[in-house]
Amino acid sequence: MASNAPTQSEYIQHHLQNLVVGFHPENGFGIAHGAAEAKAMGFWALHIDSLFWAILLGSLFCWLFKKAADNITTGVPGKLQNFVEMIVEFADGSVKETFQGKSDLIGPLALTIFVWVFLMNLMDLVPVDLIPRITEAMGIPYMKVVPTTDVNMTLGMSLSVFALIIFYSIKIKGVSGFAAELALQPFSSDNKIIKILFIPVNLLLEGVGLIAKPISLALRLFGNLYAGELIFILIALLPWGIQWALSVPWAIFHILVIVLQAFIFMMLTIVYLSMAHEHH
Amino acid sequence: MNLNATLLGQMISFAIFTWFCMKYVWPPVMAALNERQAKIAQGLADAEQGAQRRAEAEDEINQMLTDAKAQAAEIVAAAQKRGNEIIEESKDGARSEGERLKASAQAEIDQEVVSARESLRQQVSSIAVDGASKILGTEIDASSHAKVLDDLVSQI
Repeated sequence: MASNAPTQSEYIQHHLQNLVVGFHPENGFGIAHGAAEAKAMGFWALHIDSLFWAILLGSLFCWLFKKAADNITTGVPGKLQNFVEMIVEFADGSVKETFQGKSDLIGPLALTIFVWVFLMNLMDLVPVDLIPRITEAMGIPYMKVVPTTDVNMTLGMSLSVFALIIFYSIKIKGVSGFAAELALQPFSSDNKIIKILFIPVNLLLEGVGLIAKPISLALRLFGNLYAGELIFILIALLPWGIQWALSVPWAIFHILVIVLQAFIFMMLTIVYLSMAHEHH
Repeated sequence: MNLNATLLGQMISFAIFTWFCMKYVWPPVMAALNERQAKIAQGLADAEQGAQRRAEAEDEINQMLTDAKAQAAEIVAAAQKRGNEIIEESKDGARSEGERLKASAQAEIDQEVVSARESLRQQVSSIAVDGASKILGTEIDASSHAKVLDDLVSQI
């Protein structure tokens, strides 16, 4: 598709197409060629490229931090240990500032989110054509290297966080406490009848608020990175002599965005889980 | 950007990575951080204690130094006093010795004078008799003029 001098829209579409593997109703099991075929595969298809890069970067994170944790010393730390300690302390500090309760999960969760999301966002700074060209030469037709520009990836993480919100809300407040929080707020009254009348309104408001948490969490990260990636692709369409004039400032600006988005995802996760632990 | 099973794959990998981090990364790093914090706190406390102990030692040293100086001054003063005493003593000794020597010399001289006078006394009468006889041309009986001679002798 990219070969034989693609048009500009073909080039952009090609760059925004994941490597989808699934079962096509007509062509059978295999790689989807183009968006239409990918859509035809339905829900039970996988974005192999997103998953590959996400798992690779997640493994890199685990390997690097495990290596530092294994060789950790309470004396003078080495360079890697220093780096790891700095990030762990940062995550721990963010958790302690916001989260009042005690949980063994939330610290590691925040650390994993921050580092993993950061690494996935960092792939955005790899020149847009570099890895796709290499994989194309190897015979792989599509390759999106930034997992966070795939809404499945960000939604996968935010839904996991959402599951934790529900889990902790029920664990801390009980089913009735959680239900009461959804049904009896924000409008309340001392009169029983008015209170009952308020329940549908409250449920609607609180329900929307609850659902908005994972959706906004996922779409914020996805939107920022997708937009950034798209601009890189558009810059790549310019004549090669002037690309640097736009891609360099945008990349420098993007360094801020990728760290910020990783931080926001981590911070909001902590805040949501902290809210789930609180009694109203 | 259609939703598909990638979502589930991501949720599974997210769970696995978080579990891995919770199990193998977070506890050792946090343990090390807390331990180092405790170590640093201990080190600071030790340093403070050390400084306090040093200040105390310094006070003690100053006290000892003052005492030693006072003692040294005392010793020097005593030595000076003793030196003066010795000088005075030797002065007195020398003076009395000198006086004694002078006295003995005086006594000797007096004795010499007495003995010289005695011998003169013995010789004077004979000289006088000799002289007179030579002047008179006659022999003079010493015994007859004994009284005159005795007067002469006593004048010496």
